[in-house]
Parts: sequence; C-alpha cells; structure tokens
Amino acid sequence: MNVFGMTVPAGFELATSIAIIIVKIAVIVAVTMLHVLYATYFERKVIGHMQVRLGPMRVGYHGILQPFADGIKLFFKEDVVPAEADKTVFKIAPIIPVFATLSAVAVIPFFDGFVIANINVGLLYLFAMSSLAAYGVIMAGWASNSKYSFLGGLRSSAQVISYEVPMGLSLVGVMLLSGSLNLTEIVKAQQQYWFGMYLIPQFLGYFVFMVSAFAETNRTPFDLPEAESELVAGYFVEYSGMRFAFYYAAEYIGMIVMSCVAVICFWGGWTLPPVLVDAVPALAAVPGIVWFLAKVYFHVFLYYWVRATVPRYRYDQLMSLGWKVLLPLALANIVVTSVVKFFAGS
Amino acid sequence: MVPLSWYIGLSTVIFMIGVVGFLIRRNIIVMLMSIELMLNSVNISLVAFSHYLQDLRGQILVFFIITVAASETAIGLAILVALYKNKEAVHTNEITEMKG
Amino acid sequence: MLPKIFFGYFAIAMVVLSLLIITRRNPVHSVLWMLVLFFHIAGLYLLLNAEFLAAVQVILYAGAILVLFLFVIMMLNLKEEISGERFEGAWPLGVSVSAIIFVLMLLTTGDFVHGPVGKYTIEVIKSETHAKALGKLLYTEYLFPFEIASLILLIAIVGAIVLAKRRS
Repeated sequence: MNVFGMTVPAGFELATSIAIIIVKIAVIVAVTMLHVLYATYFERKVIGHMQVRLGPMRVGYHGILQPFADGIKLFFKEDVVPAEADKTVFKIAPIIPVFATLSAVAVIPFFDGFVIANINVGLLYLFAMSSLAAYGVIMAGWASNSKYSFLGGLRSSAQVISYEVPMGLSLVGVMLLSGSLNLTEIVKAQQQYWFGMYLIPQFLGYFVFMVSAFAETNRTPFDLPEAESELVAGYFVEYSGMRFAFYYAAEYIGMIVMSCVAVICFWGGWTLPPVLVDAVPALAAVPGIVWFLAKVYFHVFLYYWVRATVPRYRYDQLMSLGWKVLLPLALANIVVTSVVKFFAGS
Repeated sequence: MVPLSWYIGLSTVIFMIGVVGFLIRRNIIVMLMSIELMLNSVNISLVAFSHYLQDLRGQILVFFIITVAASETAIGLAILVALYKNKEAVHTNEITEMKG
Repeated sequence: MLPKIFFGYFAIAMVVLSLLIITRRNPVHSVLWMLVLFFHIAGLYLLLNAEFLAAVQVILYAGAILVLFLFVIMMLNLKEEISGERFEGAWPLGVSVSAIIFVLMLLTTGDFVHGPVGKYTIEVIKSETHAKALGKLLYTEYLFPFEIASLILLIAIVGAIVLAKRRS
C-alpha cells in the first residue's frame, strides 16, 4: 500500500511498525518534557549564580526537585476564565504553541537513524510549525478581552512574524551548501569539511539565525511581548494554572527546538569534526547523542547567559533590527553563498 | 487508489461553497476569505491532476496561484483598512457612494 | 482501501469546515476554522505525494496569509459587527444561482478526458525528491513566469504600504 508517499506494509507488520512509532513518540515526548522541566531549574540556577545568588535551594538537594514542586502547584491551581472572554478560543489558545513546538521535535534527528519521521522536507516542516506559534499568541491576546493582553498579543505576533523572515532566509545558505532539506542529510553533508560544521562557512547565517531564534521564542533581549514592567505579562496575563503552564512549557520547548535546529544546521548535529576524530580515535566510540546534547545545552546556556547580560530592546529598535539589519544580512549571505558555491563547487 | 473524479468532485464542492460565501456575506473580510477558498479548491484539483497525469506542471501552477493569492490578500486587506479609516465600514451595504 | 478512508475523512472534514467558514458570525472564528481547513488541504497534498506543496501550504497560507487576516480583523472594531445582520438581503438568490452553476460544473466533470501521461511518476519524484524536481522545472522551463511572480509580489508590497499608510 502507498499512503502519504510511504510504502506501508500490511497486516501484522503494519501493526508492529505503528507500535514502534508510538513507543518512539512516547519516549521522545516524555524525555523532552523532562528536559523542559529541568531547563527551568537550570535557568534559575544559572541566572542565580550570575547574579551572585544561589537560586532555588529548598526542595531537595540544592533545589533539585523544584521543577516538580512548581509543576504540581500549577497543576492544582484554579483555572480562571475571564467573564467577557471568548471562552472556546481562550481555552484552545495555549494548546496551539505546545502542539506546534512538540510536533517540530518529530523531525529532529537526535543521533544517526533516531528520528520519528525522516522526511525530505524536514527544514520546511520546522518553518511550518514555528509559523504556527504566532496563533497561540494572537488568539490569547484577542480572546482574553483585556487591553494588556491585546497589546501584548499584537506586539508579539508582529515580532514573531517579522523575525520568521530572516530566520527562514538564514537557513537558505545551509540548504544551498548541503543541497537537501532533509535534516539527517544536512548533518551528514557537514562531514565534508575537516572542521565538520557549517558554522565557519555560514557564520553570517548562524548569527542571523541565533538572533532571530531569540526573538522567535520571545526571550530577552526581545521579550517585549511579556515585558513585566510595561505590559504586566503580555498576551498571557489573564491565564492561570495549567493553561499558563502550557505557555511556559511552549517557550522552553521552543528554546530547545531552536537549539536543536542550530546544532543540526550549523554545529554538525551528533557528529564531531573529522579532524578531532582522526586525532583521538577513541572519541568515535562515544554515542552521538552525548555530543548532540552537549551542543544543545551549550545553546540553552547561551539563552540564559544573554538573559542575564543584555537589557531589553525598545519596540522600534526591535523592528528596525529585524528588517533593516538581519534581513539584508541574510540576503547577502544567500548571494555570497550561492556565488561561492557556483564557482568553487562545480 | 482514489479515483481522480473524487478529487474533482471535492474541488467543485469547495469552489461552490466559496462562491456562495462570496455572494451572500456582507462582511468584506469573509468575502476575501471566500476568494481564498475558491483559489484553494482550484489548487486541490491542480495537484490531483498533476499526480494522476504524472506531470509536475499542475504543481508549478499551484505555486503561482499561491503567490498571486498572497498578493491579492495583501492588497485587498490594505484597501479594506483604507476603507475602514475613511468610512468606518466593512459591510458591502454601507458603501453606497456610487449610488445615484 | 486505506487511501480511500483518508480521502473520505479529508473530503467530509473539508466540506464541513468550508461551510463553517462562510457561516460564522464572528470573522475571527471563520479565520480559525480556515486554519484547520488549510491543515486538511496540506494533508490531502501529502496523500497526492506533493510534500513540498504541503509544507508551502502551511507556511504561506496558515503562517502568513491567515495571520494577515487576523491582524486586520483585530484592527477593526468588531463589537457592532457581530450584532448586525450576517447575510446579504438577497441571499436566496445568491444560493440558487450558485446551485445552478454547481450542477452545470458537476455535469461537465464527467466529460473529462485523460490526456497523455507525463514522465514524473512517483518513483522518479521520490528518487529526485519532490522539492528538487519542482525546483528544476521552476528555474528552467518556468523561469519567466517565476520572474513575473516576483514582480507581482513587489507590486503587492508597495501597493499595500501605499494604500494602508496614514495620509498626513
């Protein structure tokens, strides 16, 4: 049988292959959620130490159980729906960003061969899912029927949409060099260099991508939508309990997904530079997931580092940075990459 | 295998729903959305033709239709915003300047 | 059998969603139903082995065009809008005219004659990947229409800014 372009076996084999996929999905979702829980703990600890405090210390050894305490608290809190809100939209809105960011995890290859769906348009699928994140923001801002959330929603959706453009264009250079949209093949294509990553030929793309990724996930220095001092908490000010936790989770899943994309497209994914493996052959025996997670956690740390260091942008500065600096840089990167590839590659 | 005629039937039904929406709604925004519906129904039939005739030209055409649809929406909504600023109207029966 | 079940689900869902879109009183709800509809259309494209177009459908329609709609709806005042009359006064006329056109179109679909079959079978597209096959065709045979499309987009950008700008 041929469904969705894939050859599907019949009968018993079909049942087992579906079961394997379901188990894979369950494992990846569970592990991702655990990483999200501990990303919050990691953030509080990192920022605490950067500000010469200790961060959470009470629950468990050095506050190691703090994320669970937070989760249980949020889970049992009352779920308040404002009286004048559009109730259905208000209730659906938080699910969309969680759904979109978690579905993006489906195409990410964690190590060689371990990916739920190894599709040929993996990179485009990631763009599609990240473009959905704007809906959670707009719907929450509109459905809450409150001025603060409405303004936050408008700001945030304009920001997310503006920064999607340079983010998409910054990855075109990677597509050009690897000649593929399949994430596994992008990782493998990077082995052609002795340094094993696109970080060096695509440093401009990497820079644009990282700045846009910060803006896409609404993190400092671009956390205007939830600027506490101006907009209380932006689009999700009316949310409480579990639905608030959904937005919180979506932000952290988004951060982890963006870090994964940066690692896959610019840092060589689960592979090491060939020159390093040649020098120390023992490194080849280490499973790829170790390098992958180390690289991902470096990027997650980068998010926290920037948050502790850089002040927030003003809204007009944010927009002019996106449209007048990042977009031309990304376009220049595409032109240079294609010219170099045309003359050097063939 | 799904027969090609099913796809054409589906496309026709959605196209007609778009036509009905365009004719009976007063709200210009919903009318613009009905146009999008019609364009999408045509896209479905083009992709189906392209698949069954094993020719990619239909899908190239879908590409151009999406481009034109995006431009059309941008211009249409800009006209709507200008209209709202001048006349505070988004309903077709409120725009009666040309009536003698 | 399985493709037929998929098609049946998509077809029924799409028709129901289209009807919801044109009948909702609140345009925001229409837009959100349309979002669901576009996902179904993308699913149908996957069923037809057009994975690249499915991705483009979600990125462009769901990610860009519908967000534009939402933005404009939010800029306008909806309160009085929702309380007013939903349909045109002459809506029975509109429905009956459309019904006649619908019957005519259905009658003509039976006369469809299969043309010559091209060279892009599923196997060819799969070995080359869908994006590459489309790209090759787009940048060689259809280069000129492609350039015209870019010009149309440029005009749309300029036109939208000129139209929506506040005149001082």
